[in-house]
Amino acid sequence: MHNKTIAELAAGLRAGEFTSEELTRAFIERIKAHDDRLNSYITVTEEQALAQAREADQRIAAGTAGPLTGVPLAHKDIFCTDGVRTSCASKMLDPFIAPYDATVVRKFREAGAVMLGKTNMDEFAMGSSNETSFYGPVKNPWDLGAVPGGSSGGSAAAVAARLAPGATGTDTGGSIRQPAALCGITGLKPTYGRVSRYGMIAFASSLDQAGPMARTAEDCALMLGAMAGFDERDSTCAEQLVDDYICGLNNDLKGLRIGLPKEYFGEGLDAEVAGAVEAAVDEYKKLGAEVVEISLPNTNLAVPTYYVVAPAECSSNLSRMDGVRFGYRCEEPKDLEDLYKRSRGEGFGPEVKRRIMVGAYALSSGYYDAYYLKAQKLRHLISDDFKKAFEQVDVIMGPTAPTPAFNLGEKKDDPVAMYLADIYTIAVNLAGLPGISVPCGFVGKRPVGLQIIGNYFDEARLLNVAHKYQQATDWHLRTPEGF
Amino acid sequence: MALDKSDVQSIAYLARMAISEEDVPAYAENLTSILTLVEQMSAVDTSGVEPMAHPLEMAQRLREDVVTEENRRDHFQQYAPAVENGLFLVPRVIE
Repeated sequence: MHNKTIAELAAGLRAGEFTSEELTRAFIERIKAHDDRLNSYITVTEEQALAQAREADQRIAAGTAGPLTGVPLAHKDIFCTDGVRTSCASKMLDPFIAPYDATVVRKFREAGAVMLGKTNMDEFAMGSSNETSFYGPVKNPWDLGAVPGGSSGGSAAAVAARLAPGATGTDTGGSIRQPAALCGITGLKPTYGRVSRYGMIAFASSLDQAGPMARTAEDCALMLGAMAGFDERDSTCAEQLVDDYICGLNNDLKGLRIGLPKEYFGEGLDAEVAGAVEAAVDEYKKLGAEVVEISLPNTNLAVPTYYVVAPAECSSNLSRMDGVRFGYRCEEPKDLEDLYKRSRGEGFGPEVKRRIMVGAYALSSGYYDAYYLKAQKLRHLISDDFKKAFEQVDVIMGPTAPTPAFNLGEKKDDPVAMYLADIYTIAVNLAGLPGISVPCGFVGKRPVGLQIIGNYFDEARLLNVAHKYQQATDWHLRTPEGF
Repeated sequence: MALDKSDVQSIAYLARMAISEEDVPAYAENLTSILTLVEQMSAVDTSGVEPMAHPLEMAQRLREDVVTEENRRDHFQQYAPAVENGLFLVPRVIE
C-alpha cells in the first residue's frame, strides 16, 4: 500500500480495496519500523490518526467523501495543530501545544485527510540541511550520510521513504523545492498569497508560503486544491479563485515556450547536475516544447538581498518569543530583562540567533537605508527580471540546487556556504512567483531536481508541465533501497 | 564590515538575547562573513528604484473595526509558563 501515490490511495479507498484505518495503521507501522534511521518525524499522532481514519471510513461508506478523505498525510512542525505539540523544531517551542489549527491544517482535516504526525525541520525553518533542528538532523533516505535538504527536510525524507504519501512544507527561500530535489520527490512552492499563512509560524512574512510535497505532480495538484484559497485570517492571502489543478494535468505541451536562464547554468553548478537538467530539457523538446535562452541579470544579487530581507523580518517576527506567554522560560530569572535575554539565549539555537542578530543590525538606527531599504530596491530589480522573461516564455527551467545532497556536517559551521545551496530558489521567493521541483536523475546515489518556475498564479500550468514529464519518465517512481 | 566583540554584544542586547562570552568570537566571525556577503548589494546603483514591500504589490485589505474573535483567555493561558488569576506572571518590575 505504501508504494501507491495519493491518487492511487484515494481510488483504492473509494473502491473499498482497503480502509483508511488499515492504511493509516500501515503507515504508522512503517514509521515505527524505519524512522529511527531517518528522524523525519518529531511527533507521531497515532491515536488521533486512527480516530480520524475511522471517521474517514464512515464518510466513505456514507458517500460524502472528497478526493483526500481517508488519505494519511504529515504536517511540517511549523503548522499549528490544536492540542498537539507545535515545536518549529526549537527548544523555544518544545513545550508549546498549539491552541488552534492553522488554516492549512483545518482545510486538510475538513477534507477528511488523516494527520500521521508532525515532521522534522530546520529550527524556525532557518536552514538548508535540517541540521539546525533541536531534535537532531534528518538523514537522506537515499544515502544516510547525506543531508535531506531543508528546511522542510523531514517532510521530504518521510515522503521519499514512503513514511507518508504526502506532506506539507513551507518555502521562504527554497525550503520546499530544495529538500524535494535532494530527496527525489516533487515539491511545489505556490505564488505568494495563494495559500493562507494563518497558524503557520512566521519566519519572513513577505516570503513565507506553504505548499505540497509528494511523489508526483498529480498528488501535489490534489493537495494544492485542498490547501489553496482566500482566508480572511491572513491579510496577505490573495482574493483569487482557485483553479482546478487536476483537469489540465494532461494538456499538450506542443508550443510551450521554455526559458533557460544562462545565469542558472554558470559557475558553481555541478557538471552532473547540469547534465541531468539538460537531459530533462531535451525530454521537453520531444514533447513539443520550444527552448530559448534568457537572462535574469540580477541573479547574483538574490542571495545577498535575501540575507537582509529574511533576517530583518525574522528578527521582528521572533520577538514574540519572550518567555512570557508561551514556550520556553529560563530558570529563576532575576528581573524582566534577564527573563527575556536568557529565555531567548537558551531557547534559540545558533543559526536562529545569527539571523536574529543580522536582522536586528540591518534594522538598527543608522543602518536601515544601507541594508533593508537597499535590499527592498534590489528586490524590485530581481522581480523585474522575471517580469521581462515572462513576456518571452511560459515557464523558466533550471536546476533546483547547484549540487546533489551534501554530506551531513559538511557545511554546518559555514553559514555562507550553506546559504549558497539556495542560489537558484531564493529569487523566486523574492519575486513571489510559484516554482516546482521535479526529480530528473541522480548523481551516484543522490537525486537531482529540475526546477520549473511559472508566472504569478500559474500553478496549474506548472503542475501540467511537471505531470507530462512524469508521464514520459520514471525518476519520480524510483525508491530508496532499504525503505 | 568586520564586527568585533563589542558589536556582537550590542547587537545581542538589541535583540535581548544572552550570548555566552565564549561564543562571542564565533558570532563575530560568522556575522562578519554574512555581512560581507550582503555587501555585494552596494555595488548596484539603485537610484530611482522603488523599494518593493509586497511581491504582488497588493494593498493591505481593510475590514470593519468590529470584534470578530471570542475571548479564549483561559484556553490560551493553559500553556503559558506562569499565570495567576488570568494574568501572565513575570519578575517584579516596579519595586
